[in-house]
Amino acid sequence: MKALILVGGFGTRLRPLTLTLPKPLVEFCNRPMILHQIEGLVKAGVTDIVLAVNYRPEIMVSILKKYEEQYKVTITFSVENEPLGTAGPLALAREILGKDQSPFFVLNSDIICEYPFEQLRDFHNDHGAEGTIVVTKVDEPSKYGVIVNHPNTTRIQRFVEKPTDFVSNKINAGIYIFNPNILDRIELKPTSIEKEVFPFMAKDNQLHAFELDGFWMDVGQPKDFLTGTCLYLSNVAHRRPQLLANPNLHYVHGNVLIDPSAKIGEDCRIGPNVTIGPNVVIGDGVRLQRCVVLEGARIKDHSWVKNCIIGWHSTLGRWTRLEGVSVLGDDVSINDELYVNGGCILPHKCISTSIPEPRIIM
Amino acid sequence: MTFKAIILVGGPSRGTRFRPLSLDCPKTLFPVAGHPVIWHHLEALSRVDGLREVLLIGFFEASVFESFLFDATREFGDKFHIRYLREYRALGTAGGIYHFRDEIQKGDPQHLFVLNADVACSFPLNEMMSFHTTHRGLCTILGTKVLPEDAHRFGCLVAKPGSNEVLHYVEKPESFISDLISCGIYLFDVAIFNTMKEATQNKASQIALDPYTDSDDKLQLEQDLLRSLAEAHKLYVFETKDFWRQIKTPSSAVPANALYLEQYAQTFPERLAKSEPGGPQIVGAVYIHPTAIVDPRAKIGPNVTIGPRVVISKGVRIKDSIILDNVEIKNFACILHSIIGWDSKIGNWTRIEGTPVINHQTIITHNGVKIQSIAILSKDVTVKDEVVIRNCTVLPHKELKSSFHNEILM
Repeated sequence: MKALILVGGFGTRLRPLTLTLPKPLVEFCNRPMILHQIEGLVKAGVTDIVLAVNYRPEIMVSILKKYEEQYKVTITFSVENEPLGTAGPLALAREILGKDQSPFFVLNSDIICEYPFEQLRDFHNDHGAEGTIVVTKVDEPSKYGVIVNHPNTTRIQRFVEKPTDFVSNKINAGIYIFNPNILDRIELKPTSIEKEVFPFMAKDNQLHAFELDGFWMDVGQPKDFLTGTCLYLSNVAHRRPQLLANPNLHYVHGNVLIDPSAKIGEDCRIGPNVTIGPNVVIGDGVRLQRCVVLEGARIKDHSWVKNCIIGWHSTLGRWTRLEGVSVLGDDVSINDELYVNGGCILPHKCISTSIPEPRIIM
Repeated sequence: MTFKAIILVGGPSRGTRFRPLSLDCPKTLFPVAGHPVIWHHLEALSRVDGLREVLLIGFFEASVFESFLFDATREFGDKFHIRYLREYRALGTAGGIYHFRDEIQKGDPQHLFVLNADVACSFPLNEMMSFHTTHRGLCTILGTKVLPEDAHRFGCLVAKPGSNEVLHYVEKPESFISDLISCGIYLFDVAIFNTMKEATQNKASQIALDPYTDSDDKLQLEQDLLRSLAEAHKLYVFETKDFWRQIKTPSSAVPANALYLEQYAQTFPERLAKSEPGGPQIVGAVYIHPTAIVDPRAKIGPNVTIGPRVVISKGVRIKDSIILDNVEIKNFACILHSIIGWDSKIGNWTRIEGTPVINHQTIITHNGVKIQSIAILSKDVTVKDEVVIRNCTVLPHKELKSSFHNEILM
């Protein structure tokens, strides 16, 4: 089987992290985002993966080469010369996607969930139509475009953009499976799959909805990245609790993921919902909750961190307090005793005065 | 030569700007650098030879000063007597002195120091004395230079170069007059009582002539006396380059605390805490009361006073703050630019933070709201674990369970 991952552009919504690493390589729960997707796809029998990208950074090429060998898959970059939207990249990759009659997966690279590729494949083969959209239920459908099925079937009837009256609470989860003949519907030009392809497929009765069980999150921006981390960790706690930090350790409170190479000081209280990357050093008396600490970061004694992403190799001084979705880029340092609330700090900055109100530090 | 000294302590209707701390302690007895504000006056006075008596004049109930006078007599009793004279009502800064003129003149002192209670100062009283004998005025006033933009908050003096005779005195002028201001510390000849008598009579006749006048019958040193002394060429200024601060608002107690602690470092280094093996890390000038318990893993200073029976746990950081009696600060808390009131409790990983006082600016405006720049927790305030309290003034007996910023918490 084949798959196309829509990576797109520079991941500006996840800056300042994406100033250092391309978005697919930013670690989500201690593994590059794209690795979560590659593993899921390989498990469902995928052997050919196309990455639809606007640009091709060298670092991405070399890391993905490693994954190719490790997972025995072929990974191809399909580079757009101009942004082709959500459908155009399918046409650009038609040589690979259309090389045989087997269906192919398409997924948005910002989506985190328990990828249901195997069930999706079986569901798609059973109904026999041209395409399947994975849908997820949301609390506030009025913020999204919703999907309405024909009564008592999985067949999609129509799409309603930002409904004012309740018609459905199911939204497009950004994961699809298509038969290769969908390529006949798409030209090689900027095209939206949601607006310019799906409505016609629905009209032709060629589109079904597959309901996702469990959590789903678009983690394309820092606030949602943190929410997604919480959802993912609670899923891990159910499915593979052995991956989480031992809850009997005195400093562990709730779901916490700690890389074995990280060092934790005395008298810490860590969790819930914390991920700590490789070679991180946490001092004594540190309090961490609902935060992501990326590789090589150093958090000195008595600091307090909540709702933040601490970038690679960053340093927090003693008695610092960080909160309010602060995001530190690579190699940022915060001096002792400072307070940072909602600070978005670009790489390699040294901060010497408090940031009491949300602000971008260039 | 014999002297007496008067400390003007005011009364309960004064000092409202020192709220909320003055709800539990009169400003004059508020501890800075480990001692009540006016203790520092007494200590300075104890270095003046020939001083026989110190009189506190004000309109607080006598009981307010009872235990302070008891302690002060024990400490300074071999140098001078200390008494409290209570005005039957607020008579004004000069009115109270004039009212008690017979008490004051008992024993025939030739000179009289008059000290406002609400200042922190190095009190160069002996220097003032030497200067006083060099001129023919009735009064030497202690003056200091401030930034031109701050001068309008104080009594401004224009001095004649060379002689230091005061040519002009204006209390809180609207426009810029001079950057030399009055420190609220005076040395008078006893002949000043004649001038006071005249001033009292002038005032009475003024009110009789014009019953609708704005002025009340209180006799004020600044408005009613200094001006006419200047006009009569009887007022001289001695300028100090040493430290001086007004203690009006709670926030001003923190820089006053710092200045006294720095003075200790020069004059009484043994009063200050030092970093010792097995003890807490001490940075700069820090006073720790002998009954306080500070964990060796804490880091304290500079400019911190820790009061009696305070308990500070491991990993605590305190800087530029006053911690009052019986406060408990739990693990890893961080306290910066704050006053923590009596019996308060600060939780684990809690952060209490104010804004440093710059020059004489103790009030800051945040989103159009005027607040104390220093974080002020009054008596018996409990702050839960892990919250942050920034730029807040908290009234007594409150329990804070979540974070607050830039607010007065009633």
